[in-house]
Amino acid sequence: MTKRGQKLVKVLFASMLLTLTVALGGCSGDKAGGDSTQIADTPSTENSEANAGTANETEDAKSHITIGIPQDLDSLVPSLSQGAGTQEILFNIYEGLVKPDSEGNLIPAVASDYSMSEDGLVYTFTLREGIKFHNGNPVSVADVKYSIETCAGLNGGEPVISAFSNVASVETPDERTVVITLKEASSSFVAILSTAEAAIVPADAEDLQNHPVGTGPYKFVSRSLQENVELERFDEYWGEPAHIKNITLKVIADSDSIVMNLKGGAIDMFARISTAQAAELGEDFEVLEGTMNLVQAMYLNNAVAPFDNEKVRQALCYAVNKQEILDFVSEGKGTPVGSSMFPAFGKYYVDLNDTYTTDIEKAKALLTEAGYPDGFSFTVKVPSNYQQHIDTAQVIAEQLKQIGVTANIELIEWETWLNDVYQGRDFEATLVGVDASTVTAGAMLSRFRSDAHNNFTNYNNAEYDAAYEEALAAETASDDDKATECYKKCETILAQTAANVYIQDICELVAIRKGFAGYEFYPLYIQDFSKLYITE
Amino acid sequence: MKKKKAYSTNFIIGAVITGIVLVMIIIGFIHTPYDITKMNSAVKLAPPSLKHLMGCDNFGRDIFSRVLKGMGNTFVIAFATVTIGAVCGVVIGAFTGFFGGWLDEVLMRINDVLFAFPSILLALVFVSIFGTGKYNVVAALGIAFIPSFARIVRGEFIKYREMDYVKSARLAGVSQIRIIFVHILPNTMTVLLSSIMIGFNNAVLAEAGMSYLGIGVQPPDASLGSMLSESQTYLFSAPWYAIFPGAMIILMVLGFSLLADGIKEK
Repeated sequence: MTKRGQKLVKVLFASMLLTLTVALGGCSGDKAGGDSTQIADTPSTENSEANAGTANETEDAKSHITIGIPQDLDSLVPSLSQGAGTQEILFNIYEGLVKPDSEGNLIPAVASDYSMSEDGLVYTFTLREGIKFHNGNPVSVADVKYSIETCAGLNGGEPVISAFSNVASVETPDERTVVITLKEASSSFVAILSTAEAAIVPADAEDLQNHPVGTGPYKFVSRSLQENVELERFDEYWGEPAHIKNITLKVIADSDSIVMNLKGGAIDMFARISTAQAAELGEDFEVLEGTMNLVQAMYLNNAVAPFDNEKVRQALCYAVNKQEILDFVSEGKGTPVGSSMFPAFGKYYVDLNDTYTTDIEKAKALLTEAGYPDGFSFTVKVPSNYQQHIDTAQVIAEQLKQIGVTANIELIEWETWLNDVYQGRDFEATLVGVDASTVTAGAMLSRFRSDAHNNFTNYNNAEYDAAYEEALAAETASDDDKATECYKKCETILAQTAANVYIQDICELVAIRKGFAGYEFYPLYIQDFSKLYITE
Repeated sequence: MKKKKAYSTNFIIGAVITGIVLVMIIIGFIHTPYDITKMNSAVKLAPPSLKHLMGCDNFGRDIFSRVLKGMGNTFVIAFATVTIGAVCGVVIGAFTGFFGGWLDEVLMRINDVLFAFPSILLALVFVSIFGTGKYNVVAALGIAFIPSFARIVRGEFIKYREMDYVKSARLAGVSQIRIIFVHILPNTMTVLLSSIMIGFNNAVLAEAGMSYLGIGVQPPDASLGSMLSESQTYLFSAPWYAIFPGAMIILMVLGFSLLADGIKEK
């Protein structure tokens, strides 16, 4: 038992060390038919407000929803949070100076306004008037200074996100103004302030882990480890208040039991379910369809044999048939991708799906050239709480048999995955989805620089590093076209060197019990509970 | 001797069921109608038919073939588990029961500690340290099964060591090892056999449980437990996916339980 205890400590410790988002998605296509209906079905804001207005007065006591989540939250302290599944929940509790809206734009949050100096080095934020923390205390510029400095590592310690090492100083000239000075101009700085890690927390908060205090539409009530988290509407929220009063987040770590829990009434909503699961739900549920905004791939450890050989990686890419995976796992739904970028990124996205069209002969030839004429065998680690990834891994294993390559699937727990694979880089291949914390190209691409601390695939390519540097330089010079072009070059290099076996941006299906509505899809890995409301 | 006494009904039914199960397992080892990992999108979740006796799963894999193979996996794991548990348990039980003294005290206290943990929990701890997979599950469950065998055998040995035939063997100068294994052990067989049968049942259920939790047999390989787990999502649209593996677990356990009863009654 002590060994297990040590392991737990190690996992917790690892969680604290890690800072960047890794995401994992767990779902797939939908069956509910029709083209993406959910946005059209969602009533406009005014409607929902009117609706909620009446509902709130009379039915507050009944105003409750239970939402299933696939894993417990790894940390309730925003600067220490790490899993995308955690950060998408913290989105409802904490806010940064700015926050993303459902279209991917940045909207003011804790700051009501901001301006940038000519040279792009000095950002001036105006604190929102009358904004309060969940504990009733007003938010002061000292809190903002403290939060940003913590992120930037200016209070001692390391910057929690590498992009924050760019912050030179945080000044508070008066009670409503915060001035952030950067070392180098960066066009993506404001976007980085919207990440979960950069949330504004009280400077005097002693124990955020057990008593989280933020400014978001929901406040934390209680938590039972590995079981549930209780949230309650924050009535003094500065913006449009949430509709539903109480939310229970229930941890459903076993993906096979999601349907049972939904049908049995234990949970009312689950954000990422598979096509098959959606098909089981029947009349009582609405299934909404969007995309998850992540890149699902078989990520390869580029530092271990045989994956240190580009030809081997390319052979795998030629052997894998993406369309077949989609057909088997998600009824053909989902968007195939060819590099570490998904379509929601707009101008940064290049369609690289044609880099490898399925060609078994070519794959075999490449393997022979690489010195593996008879194939080889490797282990692919898959987190056991994401059915979508498990299913995909099984299809890939079957496809790779055609070129004599044996993929042994090993299911591991999510916490173990974070510790061993993401942090320890102790793996040959792993099947997960990686998401972006902001809509900036760097959020997807920075991890493939050879010296990036979160380069868990150990990708090492001088040409890539150079192209990325060039992109950053162009950003500093505010040459947006040049930067975009360089980022596209980065994506192309990743595809051509077959850094990983890229598969798809998974189609996101959200199951929500009839009687609830208002779910909004974000271009990021976010769940916004404040928009949910009760219809009857 | 045996032939004079009629077999009990339980024993006969148990033997028939176990026989059927064993035949299926052997067939599964030699040949399955379809490749158990071969996917076919044309027959996804197809209901049972002449081509696919038990229907198909969500990848269009033949459930009958997977059940055959899965029974084999489950059987091998249960068999290996019980073998480890029984062999170690018999040796420990025999020595502690026969010799007593401080060795008995120490080993039995360790035994009590092991016994205090539910076997699944013990196996979970083991797997979380050494990783998942078939062989780790065998080792984990095997260790967890030692205490029950050790206790039963120890009890028997304490009963027999003061018997006259043992005493006379000692006087005749027979070595202690020989007394233990040749003179006493055969007398414990009835009790030991039925506890092996019961142990086997527990091992089948434990393996199914472990695979159900995703830490036993790894996909795409099949075991009855992992099939049950995977089928859960399709319980309403493709009930046959869950029913057949579930029924096979019941058959296996029922067969061995009846056999164990039959042996005890004799």
